[in-house]
Amino acid sequence: MSYIKPKFHHPLLPKNNLGYTRKDYEGSISTLCAGCGHDSISAAIVEACFALNVEPHKVAKLSGIGCSSKTPAYFLQNSHGFNSVHGRMPSVATGANLANCDLVYLGVSGDGDSASIGMGQFVHVVRRNLNMVYIVMNNGCYGLTKGQDSATADRGSISKGGDATLFEGIDLCSLAIELGATFVAQSFSGDKSQLVPLIEAAMSHRGFALINVLSPCVTFNNNPGSTKSYTYVREHNEALGNIDFVPVGNEITTTYNEGESVQVTMHDGSKLRLNKIDNQWDPQDRLSIISALKTAQQKHEILTGLLYVDKDSVPLHVKLNTTETPLNQLQEDKLCPGNNRLQEINVGLR
Amino acid sequence: MESTKTTDVEYFHKVVDCQHACPAHTPVPEYIRLIAAGKYTEAYVVNWESNVFPGVLGRTCDRPCEPACRRGRIEEEPVAICRLKRVAADFKDDITPYLPDIPLIKNGKRIALIGGGPASLTVARDLAPLGYEIHLYDENHKGGGMMRTQIPSFRLPATVLNEEVDRILDFGIHTHFNKYVGSLAEIINENYDAVFIGTGAPKGRDLHIEGREEGKASIHIGIEWLAGVAFEHIKSIKPNVIVLGGGNTAMDCCRTARRLGGENVKVVVRSPFAEMKASPWEKEDAQHEDIPILDNHVPKRFVVEGGILKGMAFEKVHAVLDENGKRQLLPTGDPEVFIEADEVLIAIGQENTFTWIERDLGIEFDKWNMPVVDPNTFVSTRTNVFFGGDAALGPKNVITAVAQGHQAAISIDLFCNGVNVNERPAPDVKFFSTKMGIHEWSYDNDISNDQRFIVPQADKAKTLKDRLKEVELGFDLQTAFKEAERCLNCDVQTIFTDDKCIECDACMDVCPTNCITFTAYAEESELRKNLSAPALNLQQDLMVSGALKTGRVMVKDEDVCLHCGLCAERCPTAAWDMKQFLYNTAKAGHTCSVAL
Repeated sequence: MSYIKPKFHHPLLPKNNLGYTRKDYEGSISTLCAGCGHDSISAAIVEACFALNVEPHKVAKLSGIGCSSKTPAYFLQNSHGFNSVHGRMPSVATGANLANCDLVYLGVSGDGDSASIGMGQFVHVVRRNLNMVYIVMNNGCYGLTKGQDSATADRGSISKGGDATLFEGIDLCSLAIELGATFVAQSFSGDKSQLVPLIEAAMSHRGFALINVLSPCVTFNNNPGSTKSYTYVREHNEALGNIDFVPVGNEITTTYNEGESVQVTMHDGSKLRLNKIDNQWDPQDRLSIISALKTAQQKHEILTGLLYVDKDSVPLHVKLNTTETPLNQLQEDKLCPGNNRLQEINVGLR
Repeated sequence: MESTKTTDVEYFHKVVDCQHACPAHTPVPEYIRLIAAGKYTEAYVVNWESNVFPGVLGRTCDRPCEPACRRGRIEEEPVAICRLKRVAADFKDDITPYLPDIPLIKNGKRIALIGGGPASLTVARDLAPLGYEIHLYDENHKGGGMMRTQIPSFRLPATVLNEEVDRILDFGIHTHFNKYVGSLAEIINENYDAVFIGTGAPKGRDLHIEGREEGKASIHIGIEWLAGVAFEHIKSIKPNVIVLGGGNTAMDCCRTARRLGGENVKVVVRSPFAEMKASPWEKEDAQHEDIPILDNHVPKRFVVEGGILKGMAFEKVHAVLDENGKRQLLPTGDPEVFIEADEVLIAIGQENTFTWIERDLGIEFDKWNMPVVDPNTFVSTRTNVFFGGDAALGPKNVITAVAQGHQAAISIDLFCNGVNVNERPAPDVKFFSTKMGIHEWSYDNDISNDQRFIVPQADKAKTLKDRLKEVELGFDLQTAFKEAERCLNCDVQTIFTDDKCIECDACMDVCPTNCITFTAYAEESELRKNLSAPALNLQQDLMVSGALKTGRVMVKDEDVCLHCGLCAERCPTAAWDMKQFLYNTAKAGHTCSVAL
């Protein structure tokens, strides 16, 4: 019986600048179905946090309900966590972020949690540009309730039950770009070489960073005819190009041909290098990516990579001019200035 | 590099480090599982089939398996394999029902075994059930060879030895005890179909330095002295004793001397302490009995005054590496060291002696006066004369003698049946899945976090007074169970089926020791650098799949795999399976084909 991971690790596991190994960023053993794409995403999060030298106690993991939303138990076991009501993770994240903007907010959601019950919350957290990483583990079905089609299932896609989906699927990336999202990426759970740098970049982005990750449900949606199976995604994956994330202080080592490469300096000084394949598309041009996404949709291609980034993004905190000092560090006189101050404010409002 | 052939039995044999390192290739994890299951008799039989003397070896083996044990690479100490073997011997029931039938009607072939030690007894054990008429010659009045004469009773009680020796002799072996064979020609003239020579390395090396002759009454050769003690010709020793040498015989000498009246016993050795040949645990046991080990002392002369040994003079040295990286012992320049002694035991090595083999029998000898013996078939240059044990390729240990005995028995059987001795039978291999359910395997895959348990010892005050009192008490059953649970079950192999893999990465993500990587195909040296964790242990193989659907390959570094089965448990398509691999070396009379 093995529900517990052995405590032993490879004696030569590399350590990051904080002296931690990848093992220190892992969580309990997954209880998801064997082969679930979500587990790969968890592993990619572990890898990204390890590589970025993230202090585990400086991360808050937030999730809603669903297979995806169980995963915070399977990574970053030394970080803060909040498993919220179905579809309501953005509200909790917003509140937490306003109270303490010192933490890295890592939201994990699914296609049901974000595109169905939580759609109202999702669109507002996008347009408010809350400083967080929002990963959607998108498998196009409700895995936790026996695999019914979800709102992101593509029209015509056939699930394990054998029936084709009748309705148009919601494309979360297009939607987010439409709503003014400042960082939008799409990836595939089976491609860590792309997913890990995307998560690193998203964590360095100041503002709302969406990563829509196609994550096959091996139990209910990995059959022929499904557009979210391992085979289909691999066959229709059109990577926009290689992505390199270069953390602050590291030197760029890869070289690309002039004109094919775009470099974006993030707010914290880290750099993104993109080796473009499609010349029509510029990751900093909102129009070009909308067009690229539509074209891909017509061709039944899945565009993956960093779709759009706005390096001048202004996050919610700045827009609202709220305090950057975490509330838990403010003294009572600041938090509760007293009756006289209240009277002054009231007078000012008359 | 090429993809790993999952039909290659030897690849998987190598993964079972302990079994692979064992000269006799005892299926170690198999018997450890049986011990954990409380099946001590069955565990004993698994051992007995393979190494013939589980009770003896469970106490005295050189344990080549333990430094090889995978557990030693993921934490401090390997599994106490040797002492678990003893548990099987200590707690077994009657094993008679498991013993082979000895045919009453013989097959008409007569075999002579010269020397009654582990190698000859192994040959007897293997050939008697096949109907051979076996004659065993030994100069002593009991069988067992060096196991009886050189291993002291406080490490190996006579009852344990007798049981395992007599079991074989009871297979209808014709014993010719108290018979020193002084001429091989005489034996050959008795028209045996084959002769096996397992006479060991019976000659202790002497130290010819100043004073050796004058002091000879008080200077003894270690193994001769130990034999004298074993047969009770020697019952005491004077208080001040020097033991020369750094091997296991030296350790046995000094500890025996402590029990015969040696109050002030010192081991003095030329080499640095760390380079001594003795097993670390035997050095520890000697030190525990208040025996100092003085290293870096080269003997210069015996100091004899008026015909009486007073002590020995030594030169102090230190180890220096020369420009070729070879270790040299150079004098430190310190003044000579004098150590007082009433008696000296010389235990600086053993040699073979073949003066009793006539040189005109067609048996070729090399320039070191060793017989020319094929290291696989153990046949000499005379087709019906075979060698095994220390007599064959020089002094090693009991388990090597047993392994060679098995091979020689196969050769003798082939030879007597008119088959070319180079046509070796294949090992008997079984491969079967251990999967019983989603989270259930037929082996215990929950990895124990316990550190190695220590074998309790009897009270020193008592053991030093009685040379027959065994020092080690052996594990009790509770501790034995816990120690057995430390075994990683390396014989439960991770088997990967390329075309079932959908490359979901689940196995790679879950592997607690980062053994698995899906990566672009490359040469081995390149691959070893590109894995999730660097694969720097070149002794350990990489398992490489064929090209998968994305063109990548699955690479598994065998080095620190815990055999926990999580890869197989998290695999949605059963591309991974945990298959138990039971490998038994071939035995005389069994020609088994490889079945996968």
